[in-house]
Amino acid sequence: MRELLDPAVAERVLSRALANGGRFAEVFAERRHGMAMSIDESRVESVQSGAEEGAGVRVVEGGTTYFAHVDGLDPADLERAANEAAAALKGERREPRALQAVEATPIAIERRPEDVTAERKAELLRELDERGRGKGAEIAQFTASYAEARRRVAVANSDGLFTGDDRTRTRIGAQAVARRDGTVETGAETLGAHRGFELLEDDPGEIAEQAAAKALTLLDAGPAPSGSMPVVVGGGFGGVLFHEMTGHGLEADHIHKGASVYVGKLGEMVAQPLLSAYDDGRLPHEWGSDAIDDEGAPTQQTLVIEDGRLTSYLYDHLTAERDGVASTGNGRRESFRHLPIPRMTNTYIAPGEATPEAMIEEVQKGFYAVSFAGGQVDPATGDFVFGVSEGYLIEDGKVTKPCRGATLIGNCLDALEAIDAVGDDFFMKTGICGKGGQKVPVGTGQGHVRLRALTVGGTEL
Amino acid sequence: MSELSATAQGAVEAAATAGAEQAEAYASHEENREVRVHGGEVESLTAAAQTGLGVRAWIGTRVGYAYGTDLSVAGVGEIAARAAAAARAADEDEFAAPPQPATIEGLAGISDPSLSSWGTDRAAELALAVERAALAADPRVVGVEQAVYADAAERVAIASSTGLAGEYEASSCFAYLQALAEGEGARETGLGFGLGRGPSDLDPEAIGAEGGGRAAAMIGAVKPPSRSCPVVLDPTVAASFAGLIGGVLGANAVQRGRSPFAGKLGEELAAPAFALHDDGRDPEGAASAPFDGEGVPRRRTALIEGGRLRAYLYDTYTARREGGESSGNASRHGYRSLPSVSASNLVVASGERSFEELLGEAGEGVFVTDVAGLHSGVNPVTGVFSVGASGRAIRGGELAEPVREFTIAGELIAMLGAVREAGAEARWVPFGGSVRTPPLLIAELSVSGS
Repeated sequence: MRELLDPAVAERVLSRALANGGRFAEVFAERRHGMAMSIDESRVESVQSGAEEGAGVRVVEGGTTYFAHVDGLDPADLERAANEAAAALKGERREPRALQAVEATPIAIERRPEDVTAERKAELLRELDERGRGKGAEIAQFTASYAEARRRVAVANSDGLFTGDDRTRTRIGAQAVARRDGTVETGAETLGAHRGFELLEDDPGEIAEQAAAKALTLLDAGPAPSGSMPVVVGGGFGGVLFHEMTGHGLEADHIHKGASVYVGKLGEMVAQPLLSAYDDGRLPHEWGSDAIDDEGAPTQQTLVIEDGRLTSYLYDHLTAERDGVASTGNGRRESFRHLPIPRMTNTYIAPGEATPEAMIEEVQKGFYAVSFAGGQVDPATGDFVFGVSEGYLIEDGKVTKPCRGATLIGNCLDALEAIDAVGDDFFMKTGICGKGGQKVPVGTGQGHVRLRALTVGGTEL
Repeated sequence: MSELSATAQGAVEAAATAGAEQAEAYASHEENREVRVHGGEVESLTAAAQTGLGVRAWIGTRVGYAYGTDLSVAGVGEIAARAAAAARAADEDEFAAPPQPATIEGLAGISDPSLSSWGTDRAAELALAVERAALAADPRVVGVEQAVYADAAERVAIASSTGLAGEYEASSCFAYLQALAEGEGARETGLGFGLGRGPSDLDPEAIGAEGGGRAAAMIGAVKPPSRSCPVVLDPTVAASFAGLIGGVLGANAVQRGRSPFAGKLGEELAAPAFALHDDGRDPEGAASAPFDGEGVPRRRTALIEGGRLRAYLYDTYTARREGGESSGNASRHGYRSLPSVSASNLVVASGERSFEELLGEAGEGVFVTDVAGLHSGVNPVTGVFSVGASGRAIRGGELAEPVREFTIAGELIAMLGAVREAGAEARWVPFGGSVRTPPLLIAELSVSGS
């Protein structure tokens, strides 16, 4: 962190930030590098690399945050940001506390992606392309992408905290288009982690085959059903259901504004006793994990639902201060150009005891949502939607026909309460979550989960 | 020459030094301001400036891209060298080449010089006025989750080894809020927004009243019955769909077989009531500029007219693949992004009927005021969609009870064929890109509720 931000400079910057008053000031310095490329029509293209560095300075007084950010990490740049942030305050100078360095241990990276040649990455994409197209002549189009990003961050604040982190994420994605006569279907799969190139040493080509297999399966799909019915949700990215319908509503900024259906529900039963859930920014190497959050608080495992009872909201520094609790390490920001706000890290429903087979067997007529393209929620009303990317009918306890174009729709509180079985087949998947114009990497996870009833919005009435 | 143009020019030369045979540099400087208010107080105030550079380098028929924020001579040299290195990693592509220079006509009215004369206090007051207007709109409005005012002033410069050079300035601002209303044991939200070139284009009263009114109107919402019925799309919703259609009319998706419009040029696929243009020079459109993301002049292109598919959208690369000309639709999201084909401002033609007449013609159906889950509920390759929706029931040709928690589903091209009427009152909407559209009456869509 010292290579980004010299502590003596940081103290001077914090002192400037508090020149016109303020109860809290912070400087966040960041250096980011990224590299990406893709393959399309079996041709490696869109090879790109980026490097940016800059800092954001905020001063908090009363209920107001004053924020400025600049490109560059020279002392003059940082002081300019501090002056800008302090410009609108009109109070008495305050002195920040002396900085005390806290060394966080960044997640270990075995093979730095920037040390791997671009040719090797291009080769990897060609392998994905071959594996995807190799699934059959009906694969009409195939694309794959590779991306690596490294973010080195340092945080210093007027409470005397001085810490930093070094984060590297690597991710690949595959998308296949299958065609048979006039029918066109798509399938997608991703693999990502808070890891280096070692992530791709096993069998990265597997995701290409998985994406192609999904598209091929859907060629036989019929229209999705409509109406309320039992729904079994697949493991892994199925956890986006919990992310949307509960996770967002637990972010403390929504709670403080009365814009969440979970306001006043702390300590109450919100789910069946078979359900426990966590937000955990410390899961080793997971996509949403970091050593510290973007305010310098250590990440942690937070139990949000314990045996059906709501046990915690998710806090950043300011919302925790307001509730008189400690930050849960959920203050995250897309970059130095953004203010930190409460965000999820890796959110998941803990493994249960049911097997996926038994869960499905008990359903007479229902819907099986294996994976989603994504989802959206309005935390204030609790209304949510999920686009199903791979779904099937369940008839007489058996998975039967694949369906295209299904969306799941419902209200958080009802849907969470409707979960009546949680599977033992737990795993995690990667996602990119947007909130307030900021995108951050998040993990979602669960085993299979069954909802007694949920509305499926298809075209078949 | 401005400092920014000089930086771009210097980057083109640095790329040549780094081994690039052709190069293009895009430099931008942006000053942003944002005020968020809540409960009659300023919650956050952001002031920022950012300057960056993106370089495309061609070596033979290989192309690569790099960007960065260090604009010192050494920094620019480093970015140019990374662009050349990226090109070496790409495969050959016979159609990869920079555009040739063309005459660029200036475009008046895209920058409001009064932006800088509005102090922070005045900007904050505007956001506070938006919040107050929402609270005054209806006694059932209990709060505002957030009211936001933001503006940006941007300068863009481009230069290339083919001799292309251009520069322009543009400004934009917007305000929006999410109002909260309570009643009948439930909480509802409503969005209000306005946009323009400068703060004097915004009407805080109207923005606040729209958000408050929308939230209050949703109180007591029920699930509508599942059926197939006429649907009226509010301009905010019509804009989202227009944006999806504009997206899959990009030649890149079409040429690579990933668009439902592939192979349909000249076909009659929309109802005559639906016409769509891309217009990169309308001064009211947020995406308007004298030239696009690779320096090609912006223009107006008829996409769907008289029910027929008239054209796709092209950048230089996709145009070269067909031996044609770019339509000036290379877009960038700032210096960090490679230029790629996308719509500039999409304009849906207005009809002659008032909103009330559209409802009358719908008879029994649904008026959709909001859709959710567009990024996951629409398959851009097939055009199949199923998205969450809320709005009002239409009974006897008039607005009736609020409805929520349902989906509307169908297929994009079939929906264009089912447009029965476009309303007369159009507005600019920042969803789906930058879109100007009236409300649309769709003869039939699948509604899935209870």
